[in-house]
Amino acid sequence: MAVDIKSLPKKALRDTYGEVLVELGKIDPDMVVLDADLSESTRTHKFHEAFPDRFFNVGIAEQNLIGIAAGLAYTGRTVYASSFAIFLSGRPWEIIRQQIAYNKLNVKLVASHGGVSVGQDGASHQMNEDISLMRTLPNMNVIVPADSVEMEKVLKKIHWIKEPFYVRMSREKFPIILPADYEFELGKGYVLKEGNDVSVIACGVMVSMALQAAYELEEEGIDVEVINMSSIKPIDRELIVKTAQKTKAVVTSEEHSIIGGLGSAVAEVLSEECPTILVRHGVEDRFGISGPAWEVMEELGLSVEGLKKKIKQALDKKSKC
Amino acid sequence: MRDIQQLKEIARQLRIDIITMVYNAQSGHPGGSLSAIDILTVLYFGGFLRYDPTNPWWEDRDRFILSKGHASPALYSVLAKAGYIPHEELNTYRKTKGYASDGYSRLQGHPAWQGNRHGTPGAEASTGSLGQGLSIAIGQALSGKLANKNYRVYVMLGDGEVQEGMVWEAAMFAGHHKLDNLCAIVDNNNLQIDGDVRQIVNIHPLPDKYRAFGWHVIEIDGHDYNQIINAFEEATNTKGKPTMIIAHTVKGKGVSFMENNFKWHGVAPNKEQYEKAILELSAGGV
Repeated sequence: MAVDIKSLPKKALRDTYGEVLVELGKIDPDMVVLDADLSESTRTHKFHEAFPDRFFNVGIAEQNLIGIAAGLAYTGRTVYASSFAIFLSGRPWEIIRQQIAYNKLNVKLVASHGGVSVGQDGASHQMNEDISLMRTLPNMNVIVPADSVEMEKVLKKIHWIKEPFYVRMSREKFPIILPADYEFELGKGYVLKEGNDVSVIACGVMVSMALQAAYELEEEGIDVEVINMSSIKPIDRELIVKTAQKTKAVVTSEEHSIIGGLGSAVAEVLSEECPTILVRHGVEDRFGISGPAWEVMEELGLSVEGLKKKIKQALDKKSKC
Repeated sequence: MRDIQQLKEIARQLRIDIITMVYNAQSGHPGGSLSAIDILTVLYFGGFLRYDPTNPWWEDRDRFILSKGHASPALYSVLAKAGYIPHEELNTYRKTKGYASDGYSRLQGHPAWQGNRHGTPGAEASTGSLGQGLSIAIGQALSGKLANKNYRVYVMLGDGEVQEGMVWEAAMFAGHHKLDNLCAIVDNNNLQIDGDVRQIVNIHPLPDKYRAFGWHVIEIDGHDYNQIINAFEEATNTKGKPTMIIAHTVKGKGVSFMENNFKWHGVAPNKEQYEKAILELSAGGV
């Protein structure tokens, strides 16, 4: 059975974010939302329109953004702070560490424009290191939803968990691949397709590409297991070991550097629990380039074809090992 | 009326606590603690800060944030005097073991928020990495306004700390939002770790800068009790603007050989120096 991901309905996660913020705002009067002059792009402007008193635009000042978010959280409020991934996680990283992480504050850092699919803005705006930066912080949870269905489930789940979260979205519309009754569980991966030859553990937009690659490779007689690992921290150690024991070859796939992100997180688990052939698919140790989103993705190998190559590499290594 | 002699006597005892803590730990920052302590004494014991040490989470309490967190001995001595922590706990400053639920110290090298596992009751934020306290104070002040609470938020910065860019992001925001429930104090002791603030990177004229950012600015001698009291009264009565009190202070104030010497920023006294300091402070009693 072949599925063309291009034919699936698509939605940008940030559109869902804006809608869900308003829903949550109606039921949680203590909630506040902050942005740093990118509210139309992150879609927090939806919350601004609905609840003008509970929205603060701090201007182009991301350090102050995090400091104010912390101050609000110290008084017991649930706080959302948004900007592009590069400015939300990179610029104020040390303040996130000292305030949000160290004190385990109830602040949800929701980043848009993660990864190279930011496209034409170029390398300066393409954040490929944020999962790495956030994952290393004690107390920080890191989530990279695969589609807008999952985005909604994630927000509605973590809103009520009084801990720090980093939720990472990309700019572009993602194909909707998860069923409407899908339930997100913190620390759990989700098997989208079972397979026996090789496992692909992916997050974000690469989950839909992994599904496409799996169906295309099925025609070549390769049986791929596809796992959505949206919860990168905490990560589903049990599922990683289980799939590795079954297929004995793992490929990780992410719109992020192959250093420090999902690939590294999976490598840590496998090295400790069940050493297995591992190929990391993502942005190599390099900066991106300007261009239309999907062209840049393609150039950097973040495509179905690019992933299929990595899957075949993993199978090749497995046969020689 | 406030009894200034009584406040001065409290400050004298707190200076002894500060020097003793740093001596016991053989680590810490005496200079900037001694420059700040008169202001903190007036704030906590002169009737300005509204708090209840038996209920540190009282929602309507005023907040004080020590943004220049290296002056933690000043804060801890005040919190002990106020009744948040037992006086003998001061001996656990910068030590591994202490009074936290897991057996570690609640008096970390730099303050940890009271909700932190190793935080101090009465500490309103984790600080020490400079430049962050003003933004945190803004968040707390905004939250109070949103909830129609009339609590006030006080935050103390060092003058060297004002070199941090984040301080100016915060200054701009507070002025723009006319946060009159916010009062910041700069402990302007003229010295930072490497030397004279005016020679390293000059921050002055500070009053003009804050006025330009929309603040009500008051300049005082930070060791003159009448001036400190009047400044806090003026800040409380100032509407439509945040207030910045620029307090001119002496680093190491009260211990002759520490005064105005940047080498006492982050150094503990040896036994001889400790005894000399205690002798001076004891003789200074009223």
